[in-house]
Amino acid sequence: MRTRATRCAIEIIDLNKRFGAISAVEHVTFSVKRGETYALLGANGAGKTTTLAMLLGLMIPDSGQIFVLNVDMLRDRYRVLSRINYASPYVDLPQRLTVRQNLTVYGRLYSVPKLARRIDELTAQLDLEGFIDRSYRNMSSGQKTRVALAKALLNKPEVLLLDEPTASLDPDTADRTRTYLEDYRRATGATVLLASHNMLEVERLCDKVLMMRAGCIVDRGTPKELIARYGRRTMEEVFLDVARNKAIA
Amino acid sequence: MVLRYTYLLRSSWPRILELAYWPTVQMILWGFITQFFTGHSDWVAQASGVLLSGVLLWDMLFRAQLGVTLPFFEELYSRNLGHLFVSPLRPSELVLSLLGISLIRTVIGVGTAVLLAIPLYHYSLFSLGLPLIGFFANLLVLGWALGIAISALVLRYGLGAESLAWVGIFALAPVSGIYYPIATLPDWLQPVSYALPSSYVFEGMRAALFGHHLRLDLLFYAVVLNVIYISLSVWLFLALFRRARRDGLLLHIGE
Repeated sequence: MRTRATRCAIEIIDLNKRFGAISAVEHVTFSVKRGETYALLGANGAGKTTTLAMLLGLMIPDSGQIFVLNVDMLRDRYRVLSRINYASPYVDLPQRLTVRQNLTVYGRLYSVPKLARRIDELTAQLDLEGFIDRSYRNMSSGQKTRVALAKALLNKPEVLLLDEPTASLDPDTADRTRTYLEDYRRATGATVLLASHNMLEVERLCDKVLMMRAGCIVDRGTPKELIARYGRRTMEEVFLDVARNKAIA
Repeated sequence: MVLRYTYLLRSSWPRILELAYWPTVQMILWGFITQFFTGHSDWVAQASGVLLSGVLLWDMLFRAQLGVTLPFFEELYSRNLGHLFVSPLRPSELVLSLLGISLIRTVIGVGTAVLLAIPLYHYSLFSLGLPLIGFFANLLVLGWALGIAISALVLRYGLGAESLAWVGIFALAPVSGIYYPIATLPDWLQPVSYALPSSYVFEGMRAALFGHHLRLDLLFYAVVLNVIYISLSVWLFLALFRRARRDGLLLHIGE
């Protein structure tokens, strides 16, 4: 059993992953302090989802170290999995179950106490009332995104990993979801790491941003720092500069 | 549209193989049945229910295997593995849950057929007596072993390998001696048959029906082989699960 006592909720050291000749993640190192929200930004194929997958233990890195809540994820991840959670539009939930049945199954997997009450809370907070007892397969993509978020929040995770948390949501629902995530973080002191292509979301939610390109972290800083460094007005413009490999102005 | 379906067929060699597979297996199975009954036409009369017992016991094996693979495939169709394996659920716990649901599905599925056979054909599988428990347990465990091994291969090779769930087990039918003694098979094929727990179960079934006694030796061989096969299949599942994690398959499988 390996642990380390730091104030970091997430610590990644020299992470590497190759798929044949392609280097998906290369020498990635970063840490996230408890209670902070970080964003992983980058174009498609930059290595964000692969990094998140390794962080969660869904993928084994070729080399490197990963600590979540001071637990070595490559050796003891089952010690900490009940304290973290994850939502992604690239992973789905059982189609033939109702939303409530899905949340019940996952609630039991995470040993959530007073599960029925917790599901009721999330149903109200994420506005799932209209379809909580409907089959998951009949949901719109926006509804599925909200259900995935409800599943990710069931166990009140200390570390929340989100891949495109507001993808497919209309602007109103996306805004309410972001407000909810802000409130959740304030209320629980949770650490959030998200991958997103929505720059307004990143500017609003994130303390720091890690810019990825071709598997590497090529820049990092607060949204304000990055905007100033690239001489741009918005994170959208910074994102385009990084994705297109433009030099800092 | 024919071109469209031809593209689909050409894209998967298992699909092409499957076209010839079923007729071939049926031909081999019924070939041996015909061969045996040509010389033993009074055989069924000596122990009524021998064919029905064979069918029902064979279905136990088939349902036990499907009871593992189909719920596992549901997770793949739903693209749900990513969520499952970031939860505190361990792969060994997933396997145990698949075995549990397989038991329930098998009891419901085959139990219904067994009960219906009583009024329809005046035959009760329970007339086999206590040996039935041994037969059921061994076929269940062999079905589990096959189901786990097939799930492992699908985890590694994706849903292109899902037809193994239907195809694989029927390859065992001709060599398991469901409807005829193992001695009916050609000499070169009998060692294959004796490597399968199912062969001992069906030989034991015939001993119970014709000789009215329990062949403990046959039961013993079936148990030993089952222990080996279930251990190998669990090992294979865990090894290929680790491989799937290494190759990043858990996020994308099912797409």
